[in-house]
Amino acid sequence: MKRVYVNETWCLGCHLCEYYCAYANSGLNDMVKALKDKEIRPRLTIEQEGTISFAVSCRHCTEPLCMKSCIAGAISCKDGLIVIDQSKCVNCYSCIMACPYGALMPSVEQVMQKCELCATNSHGQPVCVQGCPNKAIVYEER
Amino acid sequence: MAINYLYPDFEVQRNESRCITCRVCERQCANLVHHYDEQAGRMTSDESLCVNCHRCVSLCPTRALKIVKTDHVFKENANWRGEVIQDIYRQAETGGVLLASMGTPKPYPVYWDKMLINASQVTNPSIDPLREPMETTTFLGKKSTAIQRDEQGKLITDTTPQLKLAIPIMFSAMSYGSISYNAHKSLALAAERLGTLYNTGEGGLHEDFYRHGKNTIVQVASGRFGVHPGYLNAGAAIEIKMGQGAKPGIGGHLPGSKIGQDISKTRMIPLHSDAISPAPHHDIYSIEDLRQLVYALKEATNYTKPVIVKVAAVHNISAIASGIARSGADIIAIDGFRGGTGAAPARIRDNVGIPIELALASVDERLRAEGIRNQVSLVVGGSIRSSADVIKAIALGADAIYIATSALIALGCHLCRTCHSGKCNWGIATQNPELVKRLNPEIGSEHLVNLLTAWNHEIKEMMGGMGINSIEALKGNRLMLRGIGLCDAELKILGISHAGA
Repeated sequence: MKRVYVNETWCLGCHLCEYYCAYANSGLNDMVKALKDKEIRPRLTIEQEGTISFAVSCRHCTEPLCMKSCIAGAISCKDGLIVIDQSKCVNCYSCIMACPYGALMPSVEQVMQKCELCATNSHGQPVCVQGCPNKAIVYEER
Repeated sequence: MAINYLYPDFEVQRNESRCITCRVCERQCANLVHHYDEQAGRMTSDESLCVNCHRCVSLCPTRALKIVKTDHVFKENANWRGEVIQDIYRQAETGGVLLASMGTPKPYPVYWDKMLINASQVTNPSIDPLREPMETTTFLGKKSTAIQRDEQGKLITDTTPQLKLAIPIMFSAMSYGSISYNAHKSLALAAERLGTLYNTGEGGLHEDFYRHGKNTIVQVASGRFGVHPGYLNAGAAIEIKMGQGAKPGIGGHLPGSKIGQDISKTRMIPLHSDAISPAPHHDIYSIEDLRQLVYALKEATNYTKPVIVKVAAVHNISAIASGIARSGADIIAIDGFRGGTGAAPARIRDNVGIPIELALASVDERLRAEGIRNQVSLVVGGSIRSSADVIKAIALGADAIYIATSALIALGCHLCRTCHSGKCNWGIATQNPELVKRLNPEIGSEHLVNLLTAWNHEIKEMMGGMGINSIEALKGNRLMLRGIGLCDAELKILGISHAGA
C-alpha cells in the first residue's frame, strides 16, 4: 500500500504541509477562505529541534494501536487505510494515548481527527505531498 | 553613517486580503525581510533587506506577495541616472570596489536577437524530426587533416582523444564553493543522464563526485585549487582556465567564510582561508608556456584526455585563439562578456570583454583562413539563453555550447545577482547548510534534464526546417543566418548577409 513517507534531509521546516493539510480537510475550495484568520488544526505536524525537522503523520500501521484502543469502534481499517468515523467518536482520548507517533489529535469539533491520506476528502491524493516544495514528503509504495 | 542616502530598490507588496499568516515567507527569507507581528496578528516586512529573489513569492501558498520596483526617483537626468548616483553614494560610504554577481545587466546589444534562421521552401525539402532520423551527437577534439589508409588500403581511424556528446550542450565551469554541493550534484546527475559533461570549475572535485568522472571536465585554473594526479585522471577532459567572460583579466575570489570543512578538503587549502586565484597563471606568459602546461597535463594523463583551453572573449580573440590552436590544445572554449559569475568587481563585469557572437565569428573565420580549424573544436558560452541561441552559435561556427546561467535558472535561480552575499535563498550560491538543503538534487537534476531535452527537441525541429539532418551539417553554415538591423561592420564580422539579401 502507498503511504506518506518523510525524508528529513530535505525538510526545510517551512510548515507549508500543515497549511495544505488544513486546507485540504476544510471542505472549502479557496485556501484563503479556509485558513485566513483561523487557528489551523492540521492532521500532520512538523517536529523540529535545532536544524532538523520533519513532518509526522499517521503511519497507517498494519497493527493499528489506535484502532485496538478505540472504545467506540470509531476507528477502522479499509484496505490498509486507517480511518475514523467522527460521528462515533466519544472523545475518550484512548487513541491519543495509544498512538506512538502522536498522529491523532482533537479536531475543531473536539472529536478526534487523523490523516486519511486525503482519500476521504475531495482531493484524492495527499495534498501535503503535492504542496511540499522540496520532495521531503513522498507518497509511495515501499 | 548617520544619513542613509540609499532608498530601497524594491517594495514588498502583501495583499492583506489573501495573507493567511502561515509565515512561510518569514521562515524562507535568509535576508530576514519578513516577520510576524504578534500584537497585530499580521506579517510585516523590511524592504531595505530585500534582494528580489522571489523565494517568498514562489512559496506563498495564496499568492499574497509580489515585489515591485520602487517608484522613488531622483530628479530625471539622462547622464546622472539614479543607479550612477547610488553607486557613488555606496563607494563614498565604504571606500570599496563595487561587487556584483551573474552576467552584466547593462543594455549591450545581444546579437543572437539580431540574427534570423533560415527554413526550406519548395526547392529543398524540410525534414520532420518525428518521422526521420536527426543527429545531434557531437565529437569534440582534433580532427585529422587528411584521410589515411594502411598498406591493405583500410582506413586508419585512430584519432586523438575525443569527447562524445549526445547533445551539443555542456554545463560550463562553476566551482564547488561558488555553488553548493547540491547544485554540483544536480549538474553531475543531469550530465550523466543526458550524455553530456559538466565542469568542476576551479575548486577541485568533491570525493563523492568521482563516480561521475565520465561526465566531468576537471578544471585547472591559476590558483590550482584541488589539483592532483587523481583529480586530473578523474574526468573525461581537462580544462585550463585562462579567463572568464564576466571578469577577463582577473582570477576567482572565494571568501574564507565559504571555505568550510568540505571545501577546504576539496580545494586542499586551510579552513576559512580566502581562496584567491592569481589574475594570470604565473607559469604562462606566452603561447610556448601554455603549450608546456597543455603537454604537462597530457603527460600526466597519458595522452588519454583532450585538453581544453578556456579564455574570455577580448579584443584580439582571433589571434589569441590561433595561438591556442597551435599550443596543442584540443578544444578552445571562449566565454563572452555576458557570462555569469559568483562574484566580480562590477566595473569589470560591466565594461571588460566583447560579445561572444562577434568573438566566435572572428575566431572561426581566422582559424579557417589559417587552415587550422580542424586542429581544435570550438566551444562557446557567455549567455546562451535558448535553443535558438544554440542553433545560431553552431551556424556561426561553434562545435558545442557551454551553458551555466540557463542551468542555474533551471535550478531555481531568479537572477537577483547577490550570489556574493552567500545567502542564496534557492540553495545554489551558498554554503550555509540550512540554505543548501533547499535544493534537492533529485528535483534539480530533473529540471536540468527537462530543459536540455526540450532544447534538443527544438534544435531538431529547427534543423529539420532548414533541411539539415545532422548537427555536423549546420556547423559553420552561415548561409543559414541573416542579420536584422545590423550595420555593415557588424555583418562583416559575423560573416552573414542582411535579411532580404
